[in-house]
Amino acid sequence: MAEQCDVTKEMFASGHRGCAGCGEGIAVRQVLNEAGPNTIVAEVTGCLEVMTTGYPESAWEIPWIHAAFENASSVASGIEAALIAKGKRKGVNVLAFGGDGGTFDIGFQALSGMLERGHNIKYVCFDNEAYMNTGIQRCSSTPYGASTTTSPSGTCSIGESRPKKPIAAICVAHDIPYTATASIAHPKDLRKKVRTALDVEGPCFLHVFVPCPTGWGYASERTVEIAKLAVQTGVFVLWELEGNDFANIKVTKKPKERKPVIEYLKTQRRFKHLLDKPEEIEKIQSEVDEKCERYGF
Amino acid sequence: MKTVILGNMATALAAKLSRAEVIPAYPITPSTLFPEKISEYVADGEMDTQFILVESEHSAMSACIGASATGARTCTATASQGLALMHEMLYIASGMRLPIVVAVANRALSAPINIWCDHQDSISERDTGWMQFYAEKNQEALDLMIIAFKVAEDKRVLLPGMVGLDAFVLTHTMEAVDIPDQDKVDEFLPPYKAPYGVLDPEKPMTFGSFGTPEYYMEFKYAQTKALEDSEKVIDEAFAQFKETFGREYMKIKPYRTEDADIILLTLGSMSGTARAAVDVMREQGMKVGCAKMTVFRPFPTKELMDICKKTKVLAVVDRDISPGFGGAVFGEAAAIYVNEPKKPIIMNFIVGLGGRDITIPDFEAMTERAESALSAGKPERMVEWINLKEDNL
Amino acid sequence: MAKVTVGAVNPDPGSSRNYETGSWRTLKPVIDFEKCTKKCFFCYDFCPDSAVEKTDDGPKIIYAYCKGCGICAYECPKEAIELVPEEK
Repeated sequence: MAEQCDVTKEMFASGHRGCAGCGEGIAVRQVLNEAGPNTIVAEVTGCLEVMTTGYPESAWEIPWIHAAFENASSVASGIEAALIAKGKRKGVNVLAFGGDGGTFDIGFQALSGMLERGHNIKYVCFDNEAYMNTGIQRCSSTPYGASTTTSPSGTCSIGESRPKKPIAAICVAHDIPYTATASIAHPKDLRKKVRTALDVEGPCFLHVFVPCPTGWGYASERTVEIAKLAVQTGVFVLWELEGNDFANIKVTKKPKERKPVIEYLKTQRRFKHLLDKPEEIEKIQSEVDEKCERYGF
Repeated sequence: MKTVILGNMATALAAKLSRAEVIPAYPITPSTLFPEKISEYVADGEMDTQFILVESEHSAMSACIGASATGARTCTATASQGLALMHEMLYIASGMRLPIVVAVANRALSAPINIWCDHQDSISERDTGWMQFYAEKNQEALDLMIIAFKVAEDKRVLLPGMVGLDAFVLTHTMEAVDIPDQDKVDEFLPPYKAPYGVLDPEKPMTFGSFGTPEYYMEFKYAQTKALEDSEKVIDEAFAQFKETFGREYMKIKPYRTEDADIILLTLGSMSGTARAAVDVMREQGMKVGCAKMTVFRPFPTKELMDICKKTKVLAVVDRDISPGFGGAVFGEAAAIYVNEPKKPIIMNFIVGLGGRDITIPDFEAMTERAESALSAGKPERMVEWINLKEDNL
Repeated sequence: MAKVTVGAVNPDPGSSRNYETGSWRTLKPVIDFEKCTKKCFFCYDFCPDSAVEKTDDGPKIIYAYCKGCGICAYECPKEAIELVPEEK
């Protein structure tokens, strides 16, 4: 028998089949270890579900359910309703987990419905910017210029041609009490946001940036480093917002001096084709600059 | 207490009498009155349920799954495109062995869009692993919902069930219905207790595991076996229902079949018309009977064979079509005889698609063709469309 | 082979521990406790595999599960973790 971790603290067990260096594994640990054992999770189809629940094994220490790709929000709505009906709602966190595909694309309608109905459910999106489970296909979360297996770079293609869908801002527009973005590179910030969301009544949305060594093309030890670079360059801005007035947005990690985006892009194979195209780098840089200005840094 | 109510009101009342704890619902014609009535019950404090106004039928079934996995008794209502949109989740509900009940207002599927009755919607969900019941009258719609919960929640079954009631013919038609007393329903249908655990932090479990080729077939076998085993549980529930409420249900109910050369097999509201047609034809000395199929899944093989033991022609009347073959009920009725040395002539009539009326003359026309088949030794055509306006083709 | 449960429900939380992912490892992280402050626990925070335990004596790598991704070594502020080739 294997050595045992301290299961009283660790809600996400070892032995799961995630790739070495999986950013999602780090994110799930940070979220669940903050939420604690009185938590029920409904999850969409994706890497996380496949790598953690191959029968008869499960990496989950908390009650967990997967039904289909597009409906963690609806399944969680049913769970919350049942807990209320059974008089067991108090003290239990109901979380919905989705990858970017199950959140930005196929699960978007169910997410919107859940937010609009005002369920006391905390939705956590683990965003690795493509359909990784099916082999790195383009998603509306994929950033401009990224080469994926369905948006390959080529003589007539720059890779993904559209900018990343602003999912967290769209969730804010649902007038929910709390929305935040977070990164695995900043665990204290992430856990604080999880705590805030859990302490607020009503639906909350947490958008977590999770680099993927397999899909992005980098060595497994650099997962956290790349997440850090995304924040330091302004590619992924960490913020939180109570309510829907963007004037009140609070940027929680402001680099003193922003690094140029090239520092981030050059670390990953998915952007490799951009490196000899200074006009494209310039374009990405100016879009990041504009965005950071909007966020006030 | 007898009250005159619409079919949709009967299913809503059944949900209330069954004390469904969570009802996620999305409106679709012709089942819309179901969520309307539930919302009224909740608004007036007459029903203690968590009513979720979801944004699609897919989410309605998804929320049913979440609620049922958390241990709540849950049901919803839908029809046609709505049931088709649920399709993906129907397999997941049965695969996870969740005793969810759905009232299906049987309506044609698009295209062309059509809101009227046929059985294509639920018949198309035949292989999703759900039990299927079909009501002839509003009384049956109410009773079968309560019975469906009883069977679905039985530890030997743990499978979802759908109750079909014909669009408009039942959903929007007033009929006298005996509303069972709440205390009697409570006695017949005690609170649901999930026998193998639920989503609960006190005892964490993983629902919706990933099933590899090493395990998948055994899961599917166990699930299939449970649906087959539900045959016995359905009989028990019918017997207990009769004892408690006095109304008798059978998987297939025969009418004047004892000495019949020809038996017309029907589902749903057309069954009453079939009986009236049989009476008319019997007056004329024809040896014809009919049989109403109330349970389509699990398929009542033994019951159908018993009824048809002496009959010479089994005429299967399908209000659905499996294009490229024929009626779905016909395909199954014929298949059960494949290894039988002695079998009736089995023929198929496609009727009433998209709400076309099914009349006594229609049943007379079918019987006439059955008689021709009987004298010829085989039917001219295996599958025939009845009351088709050939001039318009 | 396990028996199949009703509805494929797995009643055994954390049973993934029955599968030791340590066999995937080609590089093994080794902590130099001369350099480790035993305080920051970045290696614990950033492990995707719950394969670092927090103890009073500092971090403890659970080699049965460590896949050898190298994040702990890369992120260690004191460079106290070295990756050495797996011998087996």
